[in-house]
Amino acid sequence: MQPEPLLSYAAAFASALLDPGREAPRMVTGPRGQSTLKCYNVYRNNVTVSLIDALAAIYPAVQRLTGPDFFRAMARFHIRETPPTSPLLFEYGRDFPDFIARYEHARSLLWLADIARIERAWLDSYHAADAPPLSPSALAAVAPEQLSSLMFTVHPATRLVRSPFAAVTIFAANRERVSTDRIDASTAEDALVTRPEFDVLVQKLPPGGAVFLDSLMSGCMLAEAAAAALEESPAFDLATNIASLLEAGIFTSLTSGGAR
Amino acid sequence: MNAAITPQTSAAIPLRYSLPIAGVAGTSFKHEHLAAILDDGPQRGFFEVHAENYMGAGGPPHRMLERLRRDHPLSLHGVCMSIGGPAPLDRAHLARFRSLIARYQPALISEHLAWSTHETSFFNDLLPLPYNKATLARVCDHIDEVQEAIRRPILLENPSTYVAFRSSRMCETDFIRTVAERTGCGLLLDINNVFVSAANHGFSALQYLADFPLSRVGEIHLAGHTEQNDAEGGLLIDSHDGPVADAVWKLFEIVIARCGPIPTLIEWDSNIPDWPVLKEEAAAAQAILDRHVRRTRHAA
Repeated sequence: MQPEPLLSYAAAFASALLDPGREAPRMVTGPRGQSTLKCYNVYRNNVTVSLIDALAAIYPAVQRLTGPDFFRAMARFHIRETPPTSPLLFEYGRDFPDFIARYEHARSLLWLADIARIERAWLDSYHAADAPPLSPSALAAVAPEQLSSLMFTVHPATRLVRSPFAAVTIFAANRERVSTDRIDASTAEDALVTRPEFDVLVQKLPPGGAVFLDSLMSGCMLAEAAAAALEESPAFDLATNIASLLEAGIFTSLTSGGAR
Repeated sequence: MNAAITPQTSAAIPLRYSLPIAGVAGTSFKHEHLAAILDDGPQRGFFEVHAENYMGAGGPPHRMLERLRRDHPLSLHGVCMSIGGPAPLDRAHLARFRSLIARYQPALISEHLAWSTHETSFFNDLLPLPYNKATLARVCDHIDEVQEAIRRPILLENPSTYVAFRSSRMCETDFIRTVAERTGCGLLLDINNVFVSAANHGFSALQYLADFPLSRVGEIHLAGHTEQNDAEGGLLIDSHDGPVADAVWKLFEIVIARCGPIPTLIEWDSNIPDWPVLKEEAAAAQAILDRHVRRTRHAA
């Protein structure tokens, strides 16, 4: 059966773009007697190189850690397996950290996927909606008996990445070029990603801080979040944690849970 | 009044309405140039951005574009609408495009005669299409839909291509002219694309320009290209990574002499130079536009 002529050209043209093993589609020719494959390969190359460049722009610390050749080979595999589905390139690469985690040549770099998770969170924070952060003094206006039932709305640019490795320190050393002594990669670190004003900030959360913030982000009341944090880490300090989260501008409003 | 067509300008930063930019040269806007551009103070030129880069919810991209837009006319250049594809337009993408236009009130709005998405995959390249009755009808439908949504005509850009389709039944200039006549859209003439395609396909760039409906051109693009040489004679690649070639400048002068001053953009998208280099390229285009205006005045 003849394929429907209008619908076939994009399907045929697209079919071999990400598969270098396939021949150039028969519907096209190289002009001036030039090889069709060579001419079609211009598009193949544009697609692959531009998408590798897009991943390199989203994951500069990962590229610095692996070196550009390793990174580009790894990115090429990922692009063939998972091409973008949105025309917005800043949405691309969400599956890349998981791909890195199971990429056999990166197995020795145990923490690499977590660095990628922080970089993906960084870009989400960068493009997130703007909102004025809650003033650090807002808590002072709350009656003491209402403190335990407080609930917070988290700023749209806030992200949390937990890692069993020293992901924040490695990220900072390779993306923000923060100089460090020898890094002990086996120290667990949780990353808080924020953008209170113009710049995205990545910082390390104190013990229990990630559970505390995660609980607040999922709508728990302050007392519930504090209890969860203490359960994970007896060293959790409520006053310090709430003060530093307010200072980091990660809340936009608060309500008393009793008022629900 | 329909909310979709009401301009919604940011309350914090009032936007000026566009200045007339008939004979003005502009450049691509790159974030790393913002500080240098602001240091120069308000200029005569306009700036062009890829619409998709400003389709996020918030953050620095919008702040930078608002800051730039306060003092300069803007050209919004869509790259991913897939007007040349057989599939229906992505309605969500069209809605994002419409709200950007409402927010930034660009002086110029353009898209490509190309496609970039098939089924669920986005290829991030301007892919070619055959030129025949079926594709003509589909492209016209897509442009009608875009123009209906944004309530303004768009400028459609001629592509640079590296292959020919066996199913093409008309030449590119006939195709583009018919699209413009049927839909009422304007045209963005990319002279570097003409030069690149002419070299690759072996046709005359001057003949292409003679056949092109110049009266509908609302913007010109100039950019650099690269040569990929081999035993067969090689290809020109539309790479936007260097200065405009001498031959392209020559073609630009011919077009301006024929149709008068038209807003002209220097496109530079990779290996981006420091701001003064890009500014110098725009100044060279501006000098050609101004020379034409002076010549016409003398003749009058």
